[in-house]
Amino acid sequence: MLTIFFDGIAYGMLLFILAVGLSVTMGLMNFINLAHGAFAMVGGYITVLLMQRLGLPFLLCLPAAFAGAALIGAVLERTLYRPLYHRPHLDQVLFSIGIVFMATAAVDYFIGSTQQIIQLPEWLKGRTELGSGNWILGMGHYRLFIIAVCVALTVGLQYVLSRTRFGSRLRAAVDDQRVAAGLGINVNRVFLSTFAVGSGLAGLGGALGAEVLGLDPNFPLKFMVYFLIVVAVGGTSSISGPLLAALLLGIADVAGKYYIPKLGAFIVYTLMIVILVWRPQGLFVRQGASK
Amino acid sequence: MKRRQFTALTLAAAGALGGPAVLAQDNTFKIGLILPMTGPQATTGRQIEAAARLYMAQHGDTVAGKKVQLIVKDDTSLPDVTRRIAQELVVNDKVHVLAGFGITPSAMAVGPIATQSKTPMVVMAAATSSITEASPYIVRTSFTLPQASVALADWAPKNGLKRVVTLVSDYGPGLDAEKFFRERLMLNGGQVPESLRVPMRNPDFAPFLQKVRDIKPDALFVFVPSGAGAAVMKQFLERGMDKAGIKLIGTGDVTDDDQLNDMGDGALGVVTSHHYSANHPSALNKKFTTEFAKANKGMRPNFMAAGGYDGMRVIYEAAKASKGQGGDALLAGMKGQIFESPRGPMFIDAQTRDVVQNIYLRKVEKKDGQLWNVEFDVIKDVKDPGKTR
Amino acid sequence: MNVQTKGQLSLLGASRLKAWEWVLWPLLLLAPLIFPSQALIINEIAIVALFAISLDMILGYTGIVSLGHAAFFGLGGYAAGLLAKHVSADPLTGLLAAAAVSAAAGAVMSLTILRGNDLTRLMVTLGFALILYELANKLDGLTGGADGLQGVTMGPLLGRFEFDLFGRTAALYSLSVLLLAFVVLRRVVHSPYGATLMAIRDNRLRAQSIGIPVASRLASVYTLAAGVAGLAGALLTQTTGFASLDLFDIHRSADVMLMLVIGGTGWLYGGIFGAAVFKVMQDVLSNITPQYWTFWLGLFLVVLVLVGRERLVNPRLWLRGHNTGGQP
Repeated sequence: MLTIFFDGIAYGMLLFILAVGLSVTMGLMNFINLAHGAFAMVGGYITVLLMQRLGLPFLLCLPAAFAGAALIGAVLERTLYRPLYHRPHLDQVLFSIGIVFMATAAVDYFIGSTQQIIQLPEWLKGRTELGSGNWILGMGHYRLFIIAVCVALTVGLQYVLSRTRFGSRLRAAVDDQRVAAGLGINVNRVFLSTFAVGSGLAGLGGALGAEVLGLDPNFPLKFMVYFLIVVAVGGTSSISGPLLAALLLGIADVAGKYYIPKLGAFIVYTLMIVILVWRPQGLFVRQGASK
Repeated sequence: MKRRQFTALTLAAAGALGGPAVLAQDNTFKIGLILPMTGPQATTGRQIEAAARLYMAQHGDTVAGKKVQLIVKDDTSLPDVTRRIAQELVVNDKVHVLAGFGITPSAMAVGPIATQSKTPMVVMAAATSSITEASPYIVRTSFTLPQASVALADWAPKNGLKRVVTLVSDYGPGLDAEKFFRERLMLNGGQVPESLRVPMRNPDFAPFLQKVRDIKPDALFVFVPSGAGAAVMKQFLERGMDKAGIKLIGTGDVTDDDQLNDMGDGALGVVTSHHYSANHPSALNKKFTTEFAKANKGMRPNFMAAGGYDGMRVIYEAAKASKGQGGDALLAGMKGQIFESPRGPMFIDAQTRDVVQNIYLRKVEKKDGQLWNVEFDVIKDVKDPGKTR
Repeated sequence: MNVQTKGQLSLLGASRLKAWEWVLWPLLLLAPLIFPSQALIINEIAIVALFAISLDMILGYTGIVSLGHAAFFGLGGYAAGLLAKHVSADPLTGLLAAAAVSAAAGAVMSLTILRGNDLTRLMVTLGFALILYELANKLDGLTGGADGLQGVTMGPLLGRFEFDLFGRTAALYSLSVLLLAFVVLRRVVHSPYGATLMAIRDNRLRAQSIGIPVASRLASVYTLAAGVAGLAGALLTQTTGFASLDLFDIHRSADVMLMLVIGGTGWLYGGIFGAAVFKVMQDVLSNITPQYWTFWLGLFLVVLVLVGRERLVNPRLWLRGHNTGGQP
């Protein structure tokens, strides 16, 4: 049972890394970006290619994935996304779906559509078991690694948000864009950096997830639903909201499939609907948030 | 403005579609190849198309005095699109034979069209038993899951694996595999303590594998569609199940030749049962794999490619027998063909129109730095046990 | 008294059939006869267009964002299929039954979409479609599971017209149902009821404050849209002879939303127009490049949005605005 709990946490944290960028950009720029999964895919493929073609060690590929996805995100934000901020949500949906199609087909063309397989370094392949009998806690080292990275990221993000100048500018821009601009905050630059970081995080998530979730050109379409679930349930006004939502969903999914395999697929969706009907603004919404 | 734009566009579109009418030429033999070229089964489509073109390159593009025209269409794995494309191919392009069919619902959906139009249908990929019963014009050159599963359920108890948990993807072929493996194993005196079904959209096998670990059987029998095998393998190893003494066995889809080489050394020693291995030691197969790789940037053919290659063979020989005619004559030419395929000997049963072939037991081994499914045993001439009649 | 009459007059005026529509519809209905080789794709376009205008009712006219409309499409499809297999092979009975089933489901589901913001509604509707997908997969004794519901053979339409291999009967059948539904829905949107829908779309709070019963309007339009979507699903099952799980799939909901957005929300022709453009483009592109047509489709969408959807459709409607709600 503890092992399942552990697996669920690891899965949830992975979802969090993947979805946090989406949550922040949606809260900040009010832009429904269904192409978020494409950035994750890019990060995953950067890692795979660097490892397979250049033989770079796994650990080095992770920051590369982050940087690559962030760079692409920054470029796209400046050129394509920015003109669309004030467009209706439907336009944004149409646009981002178009980007996903293009990205998927491009990856398919250049790299092929087979599942990409990563060879983890040896020290990440092991497993540690603590306890005994019914209370065995089996921890795969890779999942431990994911949890560690995620905790570090969360702490880092929370720190940036609450303790740095940039963080307060970001929070101001989320709360009320016009007033923030009126106070002299360069909202455009805040958007650009936030979008870049958000996409970079997605890329990192894609790289980490390649081992657990698989990686092929259909990755964005397959997992977009899960990211959206995390954002919808967790709300877009904080970091902790999506974190808790992701953990909740991760544990529910894994535990559900373990204890009631027949209903495995239903658990996540039903849980989401119940939560959203009960608390339509998401589970964790700050008082006074505008959305 | 709306009106003009709208009507203009619709008429233009309709014109573009109806435009250059495809005249049915008397001296072409048309094959309508419907495959999933995009979407989750895209690799199936690629492999089969490559194999079909290889066959044509090797055996020429004329048969019975007619030029062979291969029309390839993408059905995106949507059965109603498959059906519409099949209907259009039959009605507009007047194809002599339909082929391909990546997933079971696609094949089933086209069955009535084949029957109504008397067009033979060669199923090169889909693997559920009941497909050949959907129309008397369906011929299959791929395989069925019961064929592969039963072979393994015979082998396992003889090798000390009596308690086996099954883990299959929750769809037609998976249920076939589970049912036939379980029944045969129990017939042979084994037990199946648990039968787990994984939802098709499942991103994480972890909870299911954990459950297996807790049950501690002798072995785990796995069937997942080709492409998902690597994920199962990796998570199996990650969970330390091999060290816990659980052996991984399954149908060959788990060690799909397409992906096998990338799976790493963790796949070594996995025993699977299947009808085709790229490592099959025959001259014909050597020629097949070398020329396939040459024509396709070093790609290794997998069992889907074998199904496509043999499907073309069946079509060509049948066309020769029917002198280029389609319909019942072509179908008659397909039934009862016995020949050597890259997979080994096989024949098309004249009664069931299904494939009868050898099922090999293979183990993953490393040769020349690459991973291969090396055959170590064979069960000859396996008929599909899943037929109801 | 005078103001009331003017209001009624303006509504009546808008709902009168314009000259070009008298030309268009007969042309559409004759299309399968003029282009017999395209009858199959015309059938598909008609069905998807029907699906799209049902989505327009809730998305374009009432501002309810839904990514799970395929739930009703699939329900209608399976209902019609099961009815044909086990009870009666008459197509029209099947249509009515399918519409009834999906409308009932829509009524039940409408309780969940009353609250929350766009994203919430998006996810709840999506969640339902996903659950129905898994349910259809699980109940494979009834639905055939992942292999699909096979062997749906329809009796002749109206007792006389057999469903032929060329798809002519099918195309005419679907086009007629499309026309019928279109006429009915048109009447609905150009009525005082329809005006209240648009008021809700534009500003829900204000609509509420002038006494429009928002909750019951939302529920009733959602039920109506669900029923029409069920009709479309039933048509698909009846004309293709089977039903499969992908009727509930996300991509169906997403595709129909794309079509509607391409064609333009808020005028029923948008659904028809968008469906035709999307399907034709998809067909043409995938003939040219069977492997990579999704790339060109994506490019088209991106360019379309950047250049501005209004260039493709009437700019007049753009000014009406697309505020989807606006309540906190």
